[in-house]
Amino acid sequence: MPKTISEKILGEHAGRDLTAGDIAIVDVDVVMAQDGTGPLAVSRIKKMGFSKVANPTKSIFFIDHGAPSPRKELADSHKVLREFASQSGAKLSDINQGVCHQILAESYVCPGNIVIGADSHTCTSGALGAFATGMGSTDIAVGFALSKTWLMVPHTIKVIFYGKLPAGVYAKDLIIYLIGKITADGATYKAIEFSGSTVESLGMEERFTIANMAVEAGAKTGLFATDTITKDYLDKQGRPDGCYRDIFADDGASYEQSIEIDVSKIEPIISKPHTVDNTKFVRELDKTKIDQVLIGTCTNGRLSDLAIAAKILDGKKIASWVRLLVVPASKDVYLDAIKTGIMEKLINAGATIINPGCGPCVGVHEGTLADGEVCLSTQNRNFKGRMGNPESFIYLSSPATAAWSAVKGYISDPREVLV
Amino acid sequence: MANSCENKKMENELKRQENKMQSKTAQTSTNAQTSTNAGILKGRVFKFGNDISTDLIAPGRYFHLRSNLPELAKHVLEDADPEFAKKIQPGDFVVGGKNFGLGSSREHAPAIIKIAGTGAVLAKSFARIFFRNSINIGLPVLVCDTDKIDEGDILKIDLKNGIIKNETKNIELKFNPLPEVMIKILSEGGLVEHITKNRGFNL
Ligand code: SF4
Repeated sequence: MPKTISEKILGEHAGRDLTAGDIAIVDVDVVMAQDGTGPLAVSRIKKMGFSKVANPTKSIFFIDHGAPSPRKELADSHKVLREFASQSGAKLSDINQGVCHQILAESYVCPGNIVIGADSHTCTSGALGAFATGMGSTDIAVGFALSKTWLMVPHTIKVIFYGKLPAGVYAKDLIIYLIGKITADGATYKAIEFSGSTVESLGMEERFTIANMAVEAGAKTGLFATDTITKDYLDKQGRPDGCYRDIFADDGASYEQSIEIDVSKIEPIISKPHTVDNTKFVRELDKTKIDQVLIGTCTNGRLSDLAIAAKILDGKKIASWVRLLVVPASKDVYLDAIKTGIMEKLINAGATIINPGCGPCVGVHEGTLADGEVCLSTQNRNFKGRMGNPESFIYLSSPATAAWSAVKGYISDPREVLV
Repeated sequence: MANSCENKKMENELKRQENKMQSKTAQTSTNAQTSTNAGILKGRVFKFGNDISTDLIAPGRYFHLRSNLPELAKHVLEDADPEFAKKIQPGDFVVGGKNFGLGSSREHAPAIIKIAGTGAVLAKSFARIFFRNSINIGLPVLVCDTDKIDEGDILKIDLKNGIIKNETKNIELKFNPLPEVMIKILSEGGLVEHITKNRGFNL
């Protein structure tokens, strides 16, 4: 029977034929937790009586959410993770490395893998043709201990993006547009397969942006077929031979629903407070003054994101009342941005550079908003209180919209400068 | 969905839950509204809207309390109702609209709802990770039509037979049964207990 990508990957890892709706115990290839979810996972692993992880080379603890530690309680949590990683044989990605999902993509995940992570945006790695999904600390503790998990094979929604991207419109605009259309629970329990002529010409970094936000529609994972773009990315990362393989859905695979989107009709778009599906084209928005702009995170903190921001900000200054925070997603992104002159342009325009990691995204530190303040961010989520203050307001956009808005001081359409 | 064997296990789990409830109730004997008849949960409703996110349940600004769940539980649902943690009595119910628990994978969210004393969470629908986390830690999560439930209503829930009686409105509602795998995990007290007992998966 023709299979979707999820059915194929999960079937391979269960050692039997699976179709959507089946429940199976599967082997997992990569398991991870971060500093917000890791300590609880560690205590669960210990409670089950395990002291070692089953697959040391692909079990990783990331210190990225509150990194470097802003206070003593988190410093204690970090210590727990460092000590447990060293005792159990797991890998540790410490404060100098960057956001978990970026490091997983750069260094750990291969097409066809099953990846489980104690972080909801684990779905990011779906861009590499891996079945990657977020779970809680207990499920992940079992994953660390046994290299196994149980899963229901999801039904799949096929999303077909076709047509040429208009100037000023990016991968981020596509995924925000999609979520606005299908809503924040439009894909709950489902996998999304992203396909179509637009997607085929997108670079890996843009595919990560799209897969990253699949969970914002409730999806279990967001998958892409692999191709030469995937292979070139893995080669460039110096990943070993055999990491790349062809992953694709069979012709005639059965989808619960197909959604076709003509991207030429999409314009720069934002999510308004306090939900991701509260979308509006920037053009249609009332004049909205901003206090802070964040460019970074696991959604849009990669080199191409910083490059487009630098292109827009080159030779300009941000508005006097705006704070522009830039967070490279990883150490490698940071170094590349320095080497290519991107960082210099950003700093000269008035940006404050934060070390690689989650930065202000989850309200732990580094850019908490004041009461009534408005932030335009390239992150994936704008829930009330997300950036540390329930009395503040978060809008989401592409890096281009964010950069141009930083200059104007109001949420502004990047086509004003790009066309 | 559940066969009779599963029902039996579910029943055991209900007894277990209820024993827990009894000991909690004993601690707060002033709470007259918590009933402890066999297999039955009874309590008062705290009603919330649609899209109650994990950021509203366990705000990121309390990130440093994640290794201190009793302390974090004092802030449970704070950004949706600042007084909730003070008002809830053991056995009371959290009732939401659609997509309850959307957002992060933080298991701390259902964990502190449970620690605060909540008997069950009822919603029209749940976000996937929150739902799975709740079962793993032994918090009953029930899918039903919550439009028929209002703040302050008294509910009597028969977990075994899938019936919710809204005593205030004098109506009965049904909730969807859980998948068998989840009933099994719940019946053994959660995923940690399942794995410890079976030295691996035995689903
Ligand atoms: S950058 Fe934000 S969304 Fe991404 S992993 Fe960190 S906290 Fe989560």
